[in-house]
Amino acid sequence: MKKIMSGNEAIARGAYEAGVRVAAAYPGTPSTEIMENISREYKDIYAEWSPNEKVALEVVAGASMAGARAMASMKHVGLNVAADPFMTLSYVGVNGGLVLITCDDPELYSSQNEQDNRNYAKFAKVPMFEPSDSQEAKDFTKLAFEVSEEFDTPVMVRSVTRISHAKGIVELGEPVVPPVSVEIRKQTEKFTMLPSFARIRHRVMEERLLKLKDFAEQFSGNQMEINDPTVGIITAGISYQYAKEVFPDYSYLKLGMVWPLPKRLIGEFFRKVKKVYVIEELDPFLEENIRAMGFRPKGGKDRFPICGELNPLIVEKGVLGKRFKAPQPVFTGSVPPRPPNLCPGCPHRGVFAVLKKLKVYTAGDIGCYTLGGYPPLSVIHSNVCMGSSIGAVHGMAKALGEKGRGKIVGVIGDSTFLHAGVHPLMNVCYNKSYATIIILDNRTTGMTGSQEHPGTGYTIRGEKTHKIDFIELGRALGIENPRRVNPWNLEETEKVVREEIEKEEPSLIVSEGPCMLLRRAFKKLNKPLRVDETLCVGCKTCVNLGCPAISYQPVEGEMAFTAEGKKRKGIARIDPTLCPGCHLCYQVCKFGAIQSGEERPIFGFETV
Amino acid sequence: MEDLTTNILLAGVGGQGVILASDIMSEVFMGAGYDVKKSEVHGMAMRGGIVTSHFRFGKKVYSPLIKEGEVDILFAFEQLEGLRWLNHLRPQGKVIINDHKINPPIVNLGEMEYPRDIPEIVRSRFKDFYLVKGTEIALQIGDVRAANVVLLGAISKFFEVAESLWLETILKHLPPKVHELNQKAFAAGREQISRS
Ligand SMILES: Cc1ncc(C[n+]2csc(CCOP(=O)(O)OP(=O)(O)O)c2C)c(N)n1
Repeated sequence: MKKIMSGNEAIARGAYEAGVRVAAAYPGTPSTEIMENISREYKDIYAEWSPNEKVALEVVAGASMAGARAMASMKHVGLNVAADPFMTLSYVGVNGGLVLITCDDPELYSSQNEQDNRNYAKFAKVPMFEPSDSQEAKDFTKLAFEVSEEFDTPVMVRSVTRISHAKGIVELGEPVVPPVSVEIRKQTEKFTMLPSFARIRHRVMEERLLKLKDFAEQFSGNQMEINDPTVGIITAGISYQYAKEVFPDYSYLKLGMVWPLPKRLIGEFFRKVKKVYVIEELDPFLEENIRAMGFRPKGGKDRFPICGELNPLIVEKGVLGKRFKAPQPVFTGSVPPRPPNLCPGCPHRGVFAVLKKLKVYTAGDIGCYTLGGYPPLSVIHSNVCMGSSIGAVHGMAKALGEKGRGKIVGVIGDSTFLHAGVHPLMNVCYNKSYATIIILDNRTTGMTGSQEHPGTGYTIRGEKTHKIDFIELGRALGIENPRRVNPWNLEETEKVVREEIEKEEPSLIVSEGPCMLLRRAFKKLNKPLRVDETLCVGCKTCVNLGCPAISYQPVEGEMAFTAEGKKRKGIARIDPTLCPGCHLCYQVCKFGAIQSGEERPIFGFETV
Repeated sequence: MEDLTTNILLAGVGGQGVILASDIMSEVFMGAGYDVKKSEVHGMAMRGGIVTSHFRFGKKVYSPLIKEGEVDILFAFEQLEGLRWLNHLRPQGKVIINDHKINPPIVNLGEMEYPRDIPEIVRSRFKDFYLVKGTEIALQIGDVRAANVVLLGAISKFFEVAESLWLETILKHLPPKVHELNQKAFAAGREQISRS
């Protein structure tokens, strides 16, 4: 049967067809839908959102030790978090097939960096497959489990945004019964990395890599297409599609396996074609390794950029050089940008309005709330990786001493806090700083499209489970008096933040307002608010909340005066189809020009 | 079957149903026997930001991305997003734009103006241009969310694929209680093109 599938759906399907028993992941664009698909479509597979990628990989490793086929999926930076177990899992190997899916994000569509995780395959000395479309995403995932068991190694499959989120036609297959039985096996020397055992495993790993090189020479996914022999292109993954699109008649060596590399096959290709270009996204990974083998490609990263993703035009330009003719633009006027924005009613906005008013330095973290770094809010002043806000505030506090007290806070999302924030908060308490940390608890992992986590009370499949209480957790870590705030109540939030930032002790504030997209959390929304055009002076205070429902419109003539005759240049408008009635704008308007749609104004919502 | 690949660039704003529309188109053309590929960006871009979906069909499709300058049909769900991608069209390309405006934040803040006369800018450069009242019609029919189906109705007029295949595929993606409404929306979209 044929089906249109995204790369991520195809990877999930590949896992199912391979007979995977355990799958674990932490969400992260562009990998998230792999796990969502497994959980939704393949009920025989045990599926979980783990609190972070390290935990996910360890869970999967345990399943593999017991003999089950198991898969972890994560975005590229997730592997940094999971790198500790990963580097040593390469020593211990597997019983049941163990596959790690890494989804890289060239062009940083939704990431904090664009690292090239092919480097991890070389670093950890594990094989890596790289599909070039959805069909291969499924086939290579399935194959990865066989290779994992045959060579006793974890195997990586690398996707990129344009594979994960592109769709193509896939021929479906039937699930297999994995050959390894699932049972307790005590294999101390293989799985206990005491130095004496690990030394032996290191040698095993090096020998394995040699065998994998032979495998790569034979592997049918490493395809040589000899057409016009004057130009040969060595490429892999999505870059193959771009090149083939613009230069269908050239010769190709398309690598389905990007580590280890097939030296003999590459040599044969160099003999068969006249000049060779290496076309790959991000790092010169293939190029450097091919040059290290002693081959001399005519072009590589001198022609194709390291930064950003490739596309057919960039590839054409790189190959043609001076002969390239750029398409002529038909329109050269300016087009207003449209960056992503916090939703109307978003609970993060209330906290940000307060932080902006208090003019504090805000160490941010990763999530929807990072969007608070864009104007007009512009309140996030740093953000490196998940969990980094808390350490940053603590370190700054230690460096600044009294000079910084009352002037710095950290904000971190609920999912991010449970991913990587607990240890740094433990540190704040243990090593005593005046850090104030605000957990923006919107009851979901918002940025990646609303996934459950240990603080939501539900599992990936919607089962009820233990729900972490952030206040209790804060106390256990050493916060004396963790506070709650309603982020839609500006006065209350401001009062609590002011009190806490002045303290000498560590503070924890939990902002409790569910994500507007989390329907189950709301009993109902409020009626939209309205601007009284006779009263609005056009001061833009409400507009500067950055709510998509509020706009500023210039006025002229008769409209250029309020009812009291005050001159104005414009007025605010509220789009009733977008406004959920959070009442933040109502609270900031000093002229009483914003009117509640409710009988009595409600600061926030009736939540469940 | 023609050898050539047809390139359609769908563009709009997060929440407008651009991705659902391109999902439906892929299924329709697969059903009609073509190879299809499409590509879009999810995640951060969807929080009210720009959404594009590259959709291609033909005998054999390689790249999931359309080469800049080779878009055959620019299919925009919002005026400004139509303007933004104009340079990706072929000189003889077709433009279908939903007659609807959504202010980006910078316009809401009063710091930039929403470009005036986008339809005129487009018309003066591309003869094959259709301004479709997708959102307006959907509102008249009773649900603004049906705007993407009105637009699918409009674009369906340009292909020799059975109308029934379009409808079946669209309805498959929607809950039964909105089927009637969306059938109307689809028909109204087709009508928009017949009349122009
Ligand atoms: C190591 C790592 N894993 C995953 C991600 C992807 N990611 C970005 S933000 C985020 C979580 C956001 O959830 P939360 O902290 O609850 O904030 P919200 O978006 O709901 O405001 C995730 C999973 C990442 N950037 N880095």
